[in-house]
Amino acid sequence: MTEPRWAIEAQGLVKTFGAQRAVDRLDLQVPVGTVYGVLGPNGAGKTTTIRMLATLLPLDGGTASVFGHDVATDAHRVRQLIGVTGQYASVDETLTARENLDIFCRLHGLRGKAIRTKSDQLLESFGLSDAASKPLQNFSGGMRRRLDLAASLISRPPLIFLDEPTTGLDPRTRGQMWDTIRELVHDGSTVLLTTQYLDEADQLASRIAVIDTGRVVAEGTSDELKAQVGASSLHLTLDDAARTEEAGRIVASSVGSEVTVTPEARRLTSPLADADHVTDTLVRLREAGIRVTEMSVTKPSLDEVFLTLTGRGSSAAETPDDAEERAA
Amino acid sequence: MTATAITPGFARALPRHVPLRQTVSDSLVMARRALVKMRRTPEQLIDVTVQPVIFTVMFTYIFGGAIAGDVASYLPAFIPGILAQTVLTGASAAGTTLREDMDKGVFDRFASLPIARIAPLAGALLGDIVRYLIATTITFAMGFLMGWRPEGGVVGVTAAAVLVIAVAWALSWIFALVGVTAKSARGVQGISFLILFPLTFLSNAFVPVDTMPGWLQGFVDVNPVSHVITAVRDLCNAGTFGTDGWLALLGAVTVVAVFAPLTVAKYRRHAR
Repeated sequence: MTEPRWAIEAQGLVKTFGAQRAVDRLDLQVPVGTVYGVLGPNGAGKTTTIRMLATLLPLDGGTASVFGHDVATDAHRVRQLIGVTGQYASVDETLTARENLDIFCRLHGLRGKAIRTKSDQLLESFGLSDAASKPLQNFSGGMRRRLDLAASLISRPPLIFLDEPTTGLDPRTRGQMWDTIRELVHDGSTVLLTTQYLDEADQLASRIAVIDTGRVVAEGTSDELKAQVGASSLHLTLDDAARTEEAGRIVASSVGSEVTVTPEARRLTSPLADADHVTDTLVRLREAGIRVTEMSVTKPSLDEVFLTLTGRGSSAAETPDDAEERAA
Repeated sequence: MTATAITPGFARALPRHVPLRQTVSDSLVMARRALVKMRRTPEQLIDVTVQPVIFTVMFTYIFGGAIAGDVASYLPAFIPGILAQTVLTGASAAGTTLREDMDKGVFDRFASLPIARIAPLAGALLGDIVRYLIATTITFAMGFLMGWRPEGGVVGVTAAAVLVIAVAWALSWIFALVGVTAKSARGVQGISFLILFPLTFLSNAFVPVDTMPGWLQGFVDVNPVSHVITAVRDLCNAGTFGTDGWLALLGAVTVVAVFAPLTVAKYRRHAR
């Protein structure tokens, strides 16, 4: 075996559920020691891809390896290298947090005092010590996710799959999850993360694959992708509807691009290549005596990314996810 | 987190297969999980606690007079019969429990762990032995309370308990196969009952076989449950172990030999 550079290398992955191709000749190369983001809408094939890479689903085509070990023919070795945290917490609802960790520690070969030490350490670092003896029925969504992730880290795996780790979490818990993920990579793990949020991929991932209908439609660093997608937008709402046209001319000359004017709503919208232009725009509006009641800058949404990369909105690909879950 | 760095993926020496010793220990850990779950959800134990109490008392007083003349003379024949019925009812839940478990996310985690594929299955069935033990103890205790005094003594009764639990464990593989095959827990329950009722009622459990029509007697005689019940009667009431005991064990071994590989194969396809 020549020195493999990839934590994950997948070529031409295919998975079909009935007549539906959930994953369609998907290629992926994940460098060691990074967070790799897989970005896509519901039903794009993200979960199916992770399940194949994590040996949970057989491949219908193509090849995939984890640190050089083939997922199809060397599944037991692959399982020793990965931790999987699914979209839905994969822990025992009827058991307490500590009982869950106890079972998983034992399945990883720990015995005696080592179980207590390991469980304590994980409960502590995931802020679950106080709730350790409560059954999971009383846990919030965020607590379940944290326990789920804690259980995935018992063996300190070098590769961690996180399937939409923050979907449905409140902003504070989401931030905590992001910190945890950064620490994992800092400690030397490789993380494959799926997400529906461009923002999340942007914050965490050093490289991103955008997938749609089971294929990679774009791949690169966050900046490379944004360059393809285009800039943020500036939205302004004015006090005086009569002056929208005049304001439009000022904004256009300040940001240097075309402005969409909606006088009846007193609104102006313009692409924003450089955030610095906002200051100039506002200063010049003030000089002209035009009052602004509302101002916002929005980043490109996933919808816009999709519109740009695939030529259609992401909502078109909504149904396959249900089929995927039933078949899986 | 911790200060220690994670061992890189390429730097790890990894066994290619699960060693047999680990298969055994993984299965025992999964059995342990089944026991912890029983403690957390005691309502799971109703069929092996409340049910034996009610059924034993109810059937004794309903059938006793009609079949044996009086309750006391019915007990030696009836307690082994109701024991087999109760423990097998307990075994028939194996499929439903397994199906419900497999539908939960936690089985995904088991499948992604470097453990023996058979462990979640074997562990669940091993954990069930505790249920059979509870059912057996309660049934015997109820019989004793109603005046049953087994001639076979402690040794005979204990041997009978071991025999009936071993057979129940063997037959639980049939229900486990239903569990891994059927689509939903409700379906599993329906099919399990369809298997359970002929097995237990079309036997010598409750009434003398010679009161049945000839064609039915034919089935009752080949039904392994009949042999178990006769063997349990011999052990409890006389302390002897004869042909029926051996036939019961042979039946149990055959069931395991046929159904365990089928169940594991089916389960692996699911758990792959």
